[in-house]
Amino acid sequence: MTPRTWLALLAALTVAIAAVALLRRRAARTPAGREFFRHPPAAPGLAVLGFFAIVAIGARLVAPYHPAAQLDIVGLQNQAPSWAHPLGTDTFSRDTWSRLVFGARISLAVGALAMLVAVTVGSIVGAMAGYFRRWVDAVLMRTVDVGLAIPRLFLLLMIAALWEGLPLPVLVLLIGLTGWFGTSRLVRAEVLSVRERDFVAAARALGAGPARVIFRHVLPNAAAPIIVSAALGIGNVLLLEAGLSFLGIGVQPPLPSWGNMIGDGWRQLAVAPWATLFPGLAIAVVVMALNAVGDALRDALDPRREVT
Amino acid sequence: MSAPPPLVEVTNLVKHYPGERGLFGLGPPRGVIRAVDGVSFTIGAGETLGLVGESGCGKSTVGRTILRLVEPTAGQVGFDGRDVFALTGPELRGLRRKMQIVFQDPYSSLNPRMTVRQTLREPLQIHRLASGDDANRRVSALLEEVGLDAAFADSYPHELSGGQRQRVGIARALSVEPAFLVCDEPVSALDVSVQAQVLNLLADLREKRRLTYLFIAHDLAVVKHVADRVAVMYLGKIVELAPAPVLYDAPRHPYTRSLLSAVPVPNPTAQRQRIVLQGDVPSPANPPPGCPFHPRCPHPKKSERCRSEVPALREVAPRQLAACHYAELPM
Repeated sequence: MTPRTWLALLAALTVAIAAVALLRRRAARTPAGREFFRHPPAAPGLAVLGFFAIVAIGARLVAPYHPAAQLDIVGLQNQAPSWAHPLGTDTFSRDTWSRLVFGARISLAVGALAMLVAVTVGSIVGAMAGYFRRWVDAVLMRTVDVGLAIPRLFLLLMIAALWEGLPLPVLVLLIGLTGWFGTSRLVRAEVLSVRERDFVAAARALGAGPARVIFRHVLPNAAAPIIVSAALGIGNVLLLEAGLSFLGIGVQPPLPSWGNMIGDGWRQLAVAPWATLFPGLAIAVVVMALNAVGDALRDALDPRREVT
Repeated sequence: MSAPPPLVEVTNLVKHYPGERGLFGLGPPRGVIRAVDGVSFTIGAGETLGLVGESGCGKSTVGRTILRLVEPTAGQVGFDGRDVFALTGPELRGLRRKMQIVFQDPYSSLNPRMTVRQTLREPLQIHRLASGDDANRRVSALLEEVGLDAAFADSYPHELSGGQRQRVGIARALSVEPAFLVCDEPVSALDVSVQAQVLNLLADLREKRRLTYLFIAHDLAVVKHVADRVAVMYLGKIVELAPAPVLYDAPRHPYTRSLLSAVPVPNPTAQRQRIVLQGDVPSPANPPPGCPFHPRCPHPKKSERCRSEVPALREVAPRQLAACHYAELPM
């Protein structure tokens, strides 16, 4: 690793911590912001997420090698961590750090995008069920019951079997479209209570159509649980992607993801534990950070606090 | 002087809430709640009809059904000669411009995520009444009309007091220039000092804009000052309907008499007879047979007939309707 990459890494760390410090100072002005940072793990969690996000975006600067480059298949196989390769090399003589950095790109993007798909579908379905009630509610919620009753992993395994080498956008869609059931229930429950409030009746009395009422009046006031469930849900998606990639049906090599790094490395666990250990650690740290931020968000966005 | 032609005509309005339904929302409903059970009245253009009753008697449901916020089970509502329940789509939207509602709870009637300006501009946008700077001018004019500084336009509801919020709610209702306003307990949730201000505002607006009001309240004292005629509801039915002075001076239904006997009089030495009702209002899911009021009725002439025969709302004195078999007899 060159001094330039060390410098870039240091810069990423500094920027992440500085950004959180700045955010914290600005958040102190609002009650919700103060509530958020009252959680001790919230700030470090946010810093971890910021750091990985910056590293993922600036992967080219932070990673010394191409993630798929086989550096020296004879001389650099399963090297222990060193100054040149801070996280060691794997069995194909690839630099683990470079793969971890580019893997962050794939893993975090898949997690965020799949969650975006899930939250969008879940919000719309939940809002429709809760707002229209009656048969719309019955049909949608029974569909959700069915969706929740099918083991997600097996469903994904079956669908993935239809492809030879799953394209990444399809993987994102698959994870997203099998992950909205819980969100839709949550949103429905929230919508059921919001729709009874008088400002919804006022909007209807003024002639607003269902789309306007749902998107301008109901959903913005049901946003808190949606945001919290999204934050907590990304962690789950990350784990799911890791699991799928480990099984060989997620992100396809040579593209690196944290999951398929573990999948590639576990056979050499005895000789080169670093190839498995570090991506595993990255997953654990990011999921923990997401949970910390999600918990803090839950308290900060608690609607009961808004009333006073 | 002849009475003005009715602007709102409610005929035999019924709203029953079905109980829970079975799987898939199909199957027969269980346990019907009779929230509104055959209500008829008219409101003349420019007139204010007070609608009074205890919580749960169905008075709010009447107001909301007229505005099509709640779908009726049966009955008819005519507005300016048109059948309200027959309208759909653009026609219904056109009608909504003409009738608006002011809500009881100013904390729930404004969208907490929208500024006052956004709240007041939305109706202008829906009905394409104004846009851009023109809309902003109308927002300022509306705020001024309800007695608020135009600077409030960029506040969020949580930054306003209850009275200020209620004024914003009134401004929103006025934004589409309605002819008819349902005031659903517009002052019940406010501080007493603010109540009078809001009542005065509503009275001023009625004069200035020639509005017709359906004024819903649970407080006879409040209604006395604003209403031309008053209807008293009990358990989903109108039990007495009369011009305000008549109703307050010579109530004929035992329920109205007991309500009026509970209104405080600002004279500590005045001797008066209080009629204290026994028991609670029966559940509208299981109303008593015959006269709905008979289990609590203090009328000395109460008889077997009250238990079996539903009394019709009939004219017991000129322009005074009451639903009591013995309305003409003294209590």
